[in-house]
Amino acid sequence: MRLKLLLLCAALAVTSPAAIAAESASEAQLQALDARIRALEADGQKLREQAAAALAAADAARAELEKMKATMQASQQATQQAAQQATREATQQAQATAAVAAVAAPAEASAPNPGGANGNAFNPGIAVILNGNYAHHSLNPDNYVRAGFPIVAGAEPIPQGLSLGESEISFAANIDDKFYGQFTLSYEDDNGGASTSIEEAYIDTLTLPDGLSLRLGRFFSNIGYLNSHHAHTDNFVDRPLPYQAFLANQYGDDGVQLRWVAPLDLFLELGGELFRGENFPTAGANRGGVGTHSLFAHAGGDVGTDNSWLAGVSMLNSKTTQADDGFSGDHTLYIADATWKWAPNGNTKDGGVTLRSEYFLDQRDGTYSAPTADAIDLTAQAAADPLADPALTQPWIGDRRGVYVEAVYRLNRSWDMGYRFDKLWAANSGPYASDFDPVRHSVELTWRNSEFSFFRLQYSHDDPTRTTTDNALFLQYDVSLGAHGAHKF
Amino acid sequence: MGIKMNKYTFILLLLCALAAPQAHALNVFACEPEWGSLLHELAGDAIQVDVGTSALQDVHVIEAKPSLIAKVRRADLIVCTGAELEIGWLPQLIRQSGNSKVASGPGYFLASDQITTLEKPTKLDRSEGDIHPGGNPHFQMDPYRMLAIAKALDARLAELDPAKAATYKQRLDDFTTRWQTAIKGWEAKAAPLKGRKVVVHHWSWIYLLTWLNMEQIGALEPKPGVPPTSSHLASLVDLTKASNALAIISAAYQDPKPGQWLSERTGVPAVILPFTVGGDDRSKDLFGLYDSTIDKLLAVAK
Repeated sequence: MRLKLLLLCAALAVTSPAAIAAESASEAQLQALDARIRALEADGQKLREQAAAALAAADAARAELEKMKATMQASQQATQQAAQQATREATQQAQATAAVAAVAAPAEASAPNPGGANGNAFNPGIAVILNGNYAHHSLNPDNYVRAGFPIVAGAEPIPQGLSLGESEISFAANIDDKFYGQFTLSYEDDNGGASTSIEEAYIDTLTLPDGLSLRLGRFFSNIGYLNSHHAHTDNFVDRPLPYQAFLANQYGDDGVQLRWVAPLDLFLELGGELFRGENFPTAGANRGGVGTHSLFAHAGGDVGTDNSWLAGVSMLNSKTTQADDGFSGDHTLYIADATWKWAPNGNTKDGGVTLRSEYFLDQRDGTYSAPTADAIDLTAQAAADPLADPALTQPWIGDRRGVYVEAVYRLNRSWDMGYRFDKLWAANSGPYASDFDPVRHSVELTWRNSEFSFFRLQYSHDDPTRTTTDNALFLQYDVSLGAHGAHKF
Repeated sequence: MGIKMNKYTFILLLLCALAAPQAHALNVFACEPEWGSLLHELAGDAIQVDVGTSALQDVHVIEAKPSLIAKVRRADLIVCTGAELEIGWLPQLIRQSGNSKVASGPGYFLASDQITTLEKPTKLDRSEGDIHPGGNPHFQMDPYRMLAIAKALDARLAELDPAKAATYKQRLDDFTTRWQTAIKGWEAKAAPLKGRKVVVHHWSWIYLLTWLNMEQIGALEPKPGVPPTSSHLASLVDLTKASNALAIISAAYQDPKPGQWLSERTGVPAVILPFTVGGDDRSKDLFGLYDSTIDKLLAVAK
């Protein structure tokens, strides 16, 4: 069209001055002009024809395009999809069109997300756990003594009244193609003295073959069930008595772990760890600082669609020098653990029952000398254990045992309730000999607003010695923010 | 105790010896049944498929249970939805299994990487509920996206198992033909659904609704992942009545009660859709899933 207009203008521009000139011009000039006009007209005609040809070609191309479009519609209906969506919301339309494009070129769509220019694009996932308690104890927790089992640092009762629980911040990310790293800082109040500690700081291998993985750094041992689980995933406000007594709630240390998962239908993991041997129940970093070792085996699977189980046996062996409970010598702890979960169709977050039990056998073969004054209240301990004299240096040889059994009934996405029984069996001889075995019953009720927050009410009836009882009421909040956690079974 | 330990260790070692690796077809772990079904279409008996979850489970909140770790341990390839749908359990399965083949690279296939998603949130804040930064991950009910995923998955199978590439190619061609024919059938059949409005249980249906030109006017969950509350349900009564809604739709795994409650108060039928393969008797494969879904919606449109 534009071409035609241009030609018309050109013709006018040429003919109008020619007409004025014609009045005074000779016939010859007129004829010459006429010839020139004819020539121009011919040129114009030629150009017009060329333009028409071009237009026809364009029309043909357009027709071909339409045909191609139609073919595409017939074969994929993809463009039709986009056209239909064009009538819908603009954003949806744009996204759907992109999806259609993806049908043609999926590889393009899998290109990495933009944001590479951002210096923080590779920041690790950050997760924060906030946790706090209100506790009311009928027995003053400052004077709390347990027959046969000294209260070691880190396993004291939750303080009376309002207190901040274990609050932590965790960073995790793949380091490169071969390693994954995690770093967890935790804040805790230890008898009024606030402390920030490196709870875990480890790297995991990502590329060892055949189901092997290696962990290096500071981490919680994989012995038992609860030990490798962070407390904020527990079903009760506090750890069961055997964990408090034998592991000061949780054993973590600097070490190396090798795990192997068998290529079976059944889940089977076998592994072992070497630790420095600095944290309770170990101390002194003996055998050149690699003297504490563990072995563990866990197996698990499903029974039908509604049931899952996990069971294991573990052993922690160490040579200890003056642990928090005053022990030096060879120490071996055996743990057997079993978990059974029943939930209709396996929807454990919507209902069902979780049963769990762990059994502990603690074997000592060594000597005892009184721990430093601030670690354990020896006078109170002596009063609680009439058979014992924890002020004397003496041999410490013998077994102690402990167990807990818990059952949690999940009503729905929001509510669960549970009961836990725990019991410890003291030794008949040695520095903490006792003929009384501490026992405790706890019930809990938990309300979850989402998978990121819960509130828990717990009542415990605890008989730590023959003559004392602690009726305790706890109210706990526990939330996680930041990166979405993926929890173990 | 020491003797017991030894006995146990011996039994475990024996089990391991029995499980010595043998030459095998490709072992594939599918997080959800739709990918199990798609894998069957693309590879038939040429591969061994383990499906981790069922249509009666809420895949947002699966536990990283031991049986799943064992399945991931043996896998040469895992095929999952992605878009953070499985974020609460898949990373744990991969890390605990110690299987480096599926941790990244060709052994790790996320369907969400092959397509674009809808409803990508512009604001990431958990006060908005359980939102997925990668967009809405429930795209198994969009047949066009399924086809794009099928092509990419077929290429992945051929990459991992080149000896059977011809089989995979032939099966993809066959599937594509049947799927495209089926799409035409579904679109023709679903014409009466065009423009109809629905109330959904969870934000699971945007792809189906967009495809069929239907409209979501509300959700039983006040926010994604937050269970329906009575006050929120009550607020939907007037809206549902006023908009001449076609249905209140839930997935097979969801609690039917909130939908029934709203249905009783509005007269709008509550419809339970299969959502994935295995969600009802007819949804034995992907074709059955779409057939059943459309028929169930048409049944209330008449």
